[in-house]
Amino acid sequence: MSVLGEDIKKHVGLYVKVGVTLLVLTVVTVTVSYVRLVLPLAVAVALIIAISKGSLVASFFMHLIAEKRAIYWSLVLTVAFFLALMFLPLLGALDQIGTSTQTARPAAEAAH
Amino acid sequence: MDIPYTVAERPDTGLNNVKLGIWLFLASEVMLFGGLFSSYVLLRVGSFEWPHGFDMLNIPLGTVNTIVLISSSVTMVLSWASLKMHDLGKYRLYMGLTILLALTFMVIKFFEYGEKFTHAHYPWENTYLGIYFTLTGLHGLHVLGGVVVNSFLWGPGTKMWRTAPERFTNRVEVAGLYWHFVDLVWIFLFPVLYLL
Repeated sequence: MSVLGEDIKKHVGLYVKVGVTLLVLTVVTVTVSYVRLVLPLAVAVALIIAISKGSLVASFFMHLIAEKRAIYWSLVLTVAFFLALMFLPLLGALDQIGTSTQTARPAAEAAH
Repeated sequence: MDIPYTVAERPDTGLNNVKLGIWLFLASEVMLFGGLFSSYVLLRVGSFEWPHGFDMLNIPLGTVNTIVLISSSVTMVLSWASLKMHDLGKYRLYMGLTILLALTFMVIKFFEYGEKFTHAHYPWENTYLGIYFTLTGLHGLHVLGGVVVNSFLWGPGTKMWRTAPERFTNRVEVAGLYWHFVDLVWIFLFPVLYLL
């Protein structure tokens, strides 16, 4: 039996309210995009709104707000690996060792 | 011999098999889409120039699709809530609406892809289109998979309601978890591809 049990009737109104909130946040996302912010700020704003929407879906529609600890720990592990997946390759891309900017420096210093 | 914990919760985790199983599956799906999002970030950061989504894609159509998918998430959770309240009629109404909204999403996506192909913009033309078609194509396949499962649960699958209503309700709940995840992926895909 789900955690919500017989209280489900009370949650129906909540689901509709969350749905309306998601639609409003969608309109906000699109409206802000027409402001044409600089890219880093646009990315930050878009991600903040997307994470807010995602949290609402996960918490209320997926019932994560009242889930068991086994699920929470599985998701903590998932999030940790997801963050590694997103940021580790970027570390490789930002690695400048062996590029022309590094090897040119000793030659420039020798000239002086 | 019956498989244990299909409905009853395990004493150690407090979960039944379906709930634990679907969450572990969704964890693998997070890594699948996460890998592609990571590829998108690397491709964009590593390129000399990258088109803005609003110059390449139809934002009004993308917005309508977002509204359609969010609405389908609402109807999906309401279909499960209807079963919890033992109202099979309302369940079929909301599940039917979920399927119709999903098909609407696919039709809009079909027109978006068609518009691109009409102007000879194919996935192999450039990196932007390659990652766009890969991300949205994989997402679209997930939507189709959800339509198949939900259609079964709306149609022949409903037989289980008469023999094992709680088990059927659990099946609809986990189908809902999958469906909300598909919606969640689009919630991130839409701004990343269309608005930035």
